[in-house]
Amino acid sequence: MKNKQQLGIAQIKRRRGIVFIIKDRCKGCGFCIEFCPSKVLQRSDDFNAQGYHYPIVVEEPPEKVCIACGFCSIICPEFAIYSKPLEDGEEA
Amino acid sequence: MSLSPGIYFMSGNSAVAEGAIFAGCRFFAGYPITPSSELAERMAARLPRVGGIFIQMEDEIGSIMAIIGASWGGLKAMTATSGPGFSLMQESIGFAAITETPIVICDVQRAGPSTGMPTYVGQGDVMQAKWGSHGPYEIIAVSPSSVQECFDLTIRAFNLAEKYRVPVIILMDERLSHLYEKVRVPRKEDVIIVNRKLPKSKKNFLPYLADADLIPPMPPIGEGYHFHVTGLTHDERGYPKIDPEVQDRLVRRLCDKIRYHADEIIDIQTYMMDNAKIAVVAFGSVVRPAIKAIKLARSKGIKAGLINLRTIWPFPEKIIREYAEKVHTFIVAEINYGQIVHKVRESVNGKAKVVLLPKMGGAIHTPEEILNEIMEAR
Amino acid sequence: MPMEFVDHHIRDKYLKVDRLPHIWCPGCGIGSILNAFLLGMEKAEVDPDQVIVVSGIGCTGRVPGYLNMDTFHTTHGRAIPFAVGLKLARPDMHVVVFSGDGDLVTIGGNHFIHAARRNNDLLVILVNNFNYGMTGGQVGATTPTGAITTTTPYGNLERPFNIPYLAAAAGAVYVARWTSLHVRRLAWSIAEAFHRKGFRVIEVLSQCPTTFGRRNKMPEGIDMLRWYRDNCVIQHYADPKDAEIVPGRKIIIGKFIDITDGVETFEEKAWNLVRKFLGDRIEIPFRKGLRCPKEIPG
Repeated sequence: MKNKQQLGIAQIKRRRGIVFIIKDRCKGCGFCIEFCPSKVLQRSDDFNAQGYHYPIVVEEPPEKVCIACGFCSIICPEFAIYSKPLEDGEEA
Repeated sequence: MSLSPGIYFMSGNSAVAEGAIFAGCRFFAGYPITPSSELAERMAARLPRVGGIFIQMEDEIGSIMAIIGASWGGLKAMTATSGPGFSLMQESIGFAAITETPIVICDVQRAGPSTGMPTYVGQGDVMQAKWGSHGPYEIIAVSPSSVQECFDLTIRAFNLAEKYRVPVIILMDERLSHLYEKVRVPRKEDVIIVNRKLPKSKKNFLPYLADADLIPPMPPIGEGYHFHVTGLTHDERGYPKIDPEVQDRLVRRLCDKIRYHADEIIDIQTYMMDNAKIAVVAFGSVVRPAIKAIKLARSKGIKAGLINLRTIWPFPEKIIREYAEKVHTFIVAEINYGQIVHKVRESVNGKAKVVLLPKMGGAIHTPEEILNEIMEAR
Repeated sequence: MPMEFVDHHIRDKYLKVDRLPHIWCPGCGIGSILNAFLLGMEKAEVDPDQVIVVSGIGCTGRVPGYLNMDTFHTTHGRAIPFAVGLKLARPDMHVVVFSGDGDLVTIGGNHFIHAARRNNDLLVILVNNFNYGMTGGQVGATTPTGAITTTTPYGNLERPFNIPYLAAAAGAVYVARWTSLHVRRLAWSIAEAFHRKGFRVIEVLSQCPTTFGRRNKMPEGIDMLRWYRDNCVIQHYADPKDAEIVPGRKIIIGKFIDITDGVETFEEKAWNLVRKFLGDRIEIPFRKGLRCPKEIPG
């Protein structure tokens, strides 16, 4: 953390995001989970009507958090997931 | 714009081109092939001057697909070809049929099969025009037998295509395409020009929900109808549907929309058939020697008459069947080894003799040949 | 946890949602590419009602059927000539040909090179999954040498097309290649291409786990995406000749060609010829709102 202070990174407020999931559209391809840059998506134990384990968000703040980069919303072949930035102060 | 009213002297190919422009055709895509190239050449010169687009495509498949695309772009569109090119177009004709796209194809028949005799007459594409593509569908085919009819029937072809949303084939032959004759061009206001039916509103619009006449309105692109057109079997929403019931509804409608209106579509010409005992059945260039033969026969006291199949598809079965009550022999004169003769036999259904008088290609029957056949049938 | 279960996606408005789930296999890349296409269209700020999507036959051919737009699903190999006619009739429309490698450059190759030669104003999204997927995984003109397919059980004997090279040589004025992993850059490239004119080709390498990957050591869609991640190198304006896909060698992706400013499209020439005769007596609807930003960052 020391050099982060020197660089003043600690003060920079990182954007936080919220993920929206359309459970029943997921076909369990795992792309969002694999390529989420923050690694906050995991396969849920539960599964949808077709028997696929849809993704869920598992954060470990402050490092592993959704930053609403939107990659999951583009790479998903089923239009089953997307993310949006959280407004300031809006709690998840 | 299109030719001003008056008398002109032109070839069959040119008459088709001018008839198309008169009917409102503003898009031509084609590929060079004897004996229809002059038609494309005239379109290349004329279309830009009347606000239309000419394009020579890389092959006949590209040509017919381009006119189908242009038709969906809102233009009346046509192509012209001959046997070999017509064969390449068959799959796309089926696509135009299932998507109900109004297009006109002028097939200037030459002697076949295969390369055959490119500069010589033939009439061997008649069954291909009807059954060329795969699966059950219907098309309309008209067959001019004079340069005036090349002009008039092209206008009719466009009107039929627009009205029934179907591919219409002008079944010409080489002799007519290169024949120069007088053509009277009427005034615009004296001719009915039909345009496709458009949807009335976007509210819960179903692109393939037909009206009582079995013909659905054709939506324009770019106006928010959000319609899908596919060669897959589709339901009224235009959604692909792999389902025998949807297939039955769709295919039955695609065919019935032509069959139920057959009487209205069929327009044949007869010559001295009122008291005829022998009927010569012919179309295209063969009509001319046939008329001469009938005159010669009549001068010999033989009651012969001509049925000119100006509309070949749908086939005028009823009319032929009615004449079968009065006529003892049908002589089918066609420049192939027997195609239309089968339809005549089917229609006559044993009630009269049906004789094929074939020409293998490259030449038209002479009046004497037809006369001899009439004499024999006496 | 910042997560919510909902029943709609932000780009559902472009889709026929009542037709979902779509036909493509779990792990296939076509859905991702379609997703990127819709995002690219949005970034380009073009009116979706003015975007006409045309496809041929094959897995990718099913794309237009899911779009809530004016769309055409034509015959195998003939999407481009259909689009040529449609675009000539309505030069004011954005006409997009969205089809696969088998459809566009194997059976449809002749139409592809001629439309490029003529510079028809079409945006071609060419999804290359290296085989004929819909029919079960046969070899195609883009199948890498040695690859196993149902019709090359002993390894593909032939050399595949290098599509960027083919498109460039035939005269395409915008040529880019991305993959179904590089969806963000693909979306930018599509947005940029919407604002270019002429024959534009974006090849998108895609995974096809079910019929190609399975027989070539990449059984899951994710395997091929990882392979793209580790083997693709972004080199803008590389020589298209070097874009060949050779197993074991890095794959060059990015934008190869972007020379659209000076090249007149066939539609412009054809309609200007009409204008020569009819002058202002004919109103030629060219593509409205065609802004050509120099470079969309991406």
